[in-house]
Amino acid sequence: MLRIDRDHSRFKKIVRGAIKENLREYIKNGEMIGRQGGRYVSIPVPSIELPRFKFGQPGSGGVGQGDGEEGEGVQAEAGDQPGQHILEVDVPLDDLAAILGEELGLPNIEPRGRMQIEDEHDRYTSIRRTGPESLRHFKRTYTAALKRQIASGTYNKRNPVIIPIREDQRYRSWKTIEEPESSAVIIYMMDVSGSMGDEQKEMVRLESFWIDTWLRTQYQNLETRFIVHDAVAHLVDRETFFHTRESGGTKISSAYDLCWRLIERDFAPEEWNIYPFHFSDGDNWGGGDTDVAVGLMKDRLLPVSNQFSYGQVKSLYGTGQFIKDLREKLPEEESLVLSEINSKDDIYGSIREFLGGGR
Amino acid sequence: MSLPAHLQKIKDEVEAVAKSVGLDFFETIFEMVDYDMMNEIASYGGFPSRYPHWRFGMSYESLSKGYRYGLQKIYELVINNDPCYAYLMDCNQTVDQKMVMAHVYGHSDFFKNNYWFSQTNRKMIDQLANHGTRVQRYMEKHGPDRVEEMIDAALSIEDLIDPYSVFSPKGADSIADDEGRIGKIQSKEYMDSFINPPEFMQAQKERLLEEQKKKETQFPQEPLRDVLLFLMNYAPLRDWERDVLSMIREESYYFAPQAQTKIMNEGWATFWHSKIMTEYCLKDAEIIDYADHHSGTVATQPGQLNPYKMGLDLFRDIEYRWDTGRFGEEYEACDDLTAKREWNRNLGQGLEKIFEVRKIHNDVTFIDTFLTEEFCREHKLFVFAYNEKKGRQEVASREFGKVKQQLLFQLTNTGRPFIFVEDANFGNRGELLLAHRHEGLDLDDGMAKKTLINIQRFWRRPVRLRSIRDGKEILYSFDGTEMAEEETDHKPQPEIFEELS
Repeated sequence: MLRIDRDHSRFKKIVRGAIKENLREYIKNGEMIGRQGGRYVSIPVPSIELPRFKFGQPGSGGVGQGDGEEGEGVQAEAGDQPGQHILEVDVPLDDLAAILGEELGLPNIEPRGRMQIEDEHDRYTSIRRTGPESLRHFKRTYTAALKRQIASGTYNKRNPVIIPIREDQRYRSWKTIEEPESSAVIIYMMDVSGSMGDEQKEMVRLESFWIDTWLRTQYQNLETRFIVHDAVAHLVDRETFFHTRESGGTKISSAYDLCWRLIERDFAPEEWNIYPFHFSDGDNWGGGDTDVAVGLMKDRLLPVSNQFSYGQVKSLYGTGQFIKDLREKLPEEESLVLSEINSKDDIYGSIREFLGGGR
Repeated sequence: MSLPAHLQKIKDEVEAVAKSVGLDFFETIFEMVDYDMMNEIASYGGFPSRYPHWRFGMSYESLSKGYRYGLQKIYELVINNDPCYAYLMDCNQTVDQKMVMAHVYGHSDFFKNNYWFSQTNRKMIDQLANHGTRVQRYMEKHGPDRVEEMIDAALSIEDLIDPYSVFSPKGADSIADDEGRIGKIQSKEYMDSFINPPEFMQAQKERLLEEQKKKETQFPQEPLRDVLLFLMNYAPLRDWERDVLSMIREESYYFAPQAQTKIMNEGWATFWHSKIMTEYCLKDAEIIDYADHHSGTVATQPGQLNPYKMGLDLFRDIEYRWDTGRFGEEYEACDDLTAKREWNRNLGQGLEKIFEVRKIHNDVTFIDTFLTEEFCREHKLFVFAYNEKKGRQEVASREFGKVKQQLLFQLTNTGRPFIFVEDANFGNRGELLLAHRHEGLDLDDGMAKKTLINIQRFWRRPVRLRSIRDGKEILYSFDGTEMAEEETDHKPQPEIFEELS
């Protein structure tokens, strides 16, 4: 082991603390989402720097070398000028999810559904009398030797030297255990009608990032599907989901209908844990569509889903009626979670509402 | 790990050459390490057995990340110690190792001979290991968190030292020469009463006495730059806390000359690796790789100053000027451009001169003395400044005076503000008053407050900091629970550098 490992892990612990402390800000700003690469996110951590007296103005200038007329721009990275350096730290997504879980007090989910795949793991939990020296269990070996010496009367209280012999040696050993692998699917639905602006979509994007991150730690196998709708619904990819803009009216039932067909076709409820998320500004067409949507939800979606989450983002144009209708018409449904997101500040609380049930 | 046989041979060769060209260095020991070890050692500032602290882990994080992504690689790491230790990375090519060794002998010579290093501890490897052990012991006794907190606070003021104090004999300040202070001008005896009129001298003397009287009730009598020393001596600390503070201070003094001579030290080492390689040690087959790596070392990015290049070019310029006699009154006074261009007195004093320069100068005096207008023009130096309207850095001026002034400003006190202990009994309440000597730039407000909080940790009584913000004098106060700031009526007079012509 390198000496630096101790300092390095202490540093990472401090970073973890800083992230936890600023989690609300991170959730709100979403600057880390763009920095996602595989299993890591790169997080800017400004507060780690040790404070010291230094000059304030970032643009105090410096001396450079090279061509250029007066007034021409230079890419000056003011070398010794302090204050512009923000540390970026790679944090594994799992850690980030764990921080989120701790901070929001999220319960672990008890997966349901048939075990799909049995997965084998080795766990070092047992003890054997033979094994490689690298796995020697010092304490157990010591105790065994001590016992033997006491029993055979060779233990001397004044000079308590314990010398293990071959039979005393104990080694750590593994057991192979089978763990069920459970699968889940998140089906994101979003209203992309004219009244949903960029700001509303950004809020949805931020929420979905954190929902993904959390649920990914709960299921070995997590799939995501995306549905956009205005008066009709389409299955799209992630990219299109966040960047589509439609005009025209809204028929929420179209999305629920497509969602149901998707589940029927690809995600048998006995094998999958199903999480539909629907985001809208709550402005549904009249003409009885709300009744159709509520009917679909009650009879079809709710019975097969672990939880149905509806997030209503506030928009300038929307009436926000749909959430009221849901409250009124489905007051008793435990697996229906409703959340209102009026601004980016609400995302934090909304995530807690959605994921706090542990379903 | 010690050197493999083929590198040992190269080392002997390079060392012999370095000696023959006149370098005078400590015995230099090379160690071979892999990239991870290198990153670790570099994170500890070259000392693998330092005290444990997370900031070393932080450097490790960024170094190993930089290495992993191929953004940076450390070629060489050399420690000012006797014997001098240098680390080589095992994955480098043989020609790189050769170049690094030549470079290292340059550094080793600089450490040994440059005056600013003369007071540094040459057994610092041992000393830092001692510090490590002591900190470890304190952690076991008082808990790692408390000790870490202490180190954090101490590190946040680690640069509040007085790097020049190691050169002044103890107590030099207190022997005041009255007449000198009054400002008596030297004169012939018969002129004395005119040049130094008695009434004036008398008034001055009285003023001085008054000042002295006032000072006697003041503590410290003169503003002190070594804030760390002051806290060590007078803050109510436990023994182990004082010891931690003294360790951090000692390390600060040890590292200070390296910051003070960055341009010179790197320039000197680059100058010599270039000379040793191109004139003595390079094999034909190695030239391309050498040229590639050497040019990497001295490459400039647009709008950045590379100390390796700056130092190298200046040393070469000095060598050339003293070889050809392009210095001194006669040369300066010459206004015949053709004659100046072809000026050559065949003095051949270049080499001798640069050895002298490396002995007595630091970056500030180096630039001040040897940066010429011709050099500035030839090497395309410029001042850049932030244009707020356009939101970017721009070339502001190529004028020699301005370039030099900016350069000297950012090198002075290694670009950090000057902070003094002014009064340890402020308001007659045992409060500590610090003062920032304002030279045109305001302090970073948030950082200043956080640092003040750390200082209060040592002083326990309230601490204050006087500075200037947006042209108004401001007094920050922290009493242990609350941070306050008030603008005073006092009209500040910032000390502005005189424009250099």
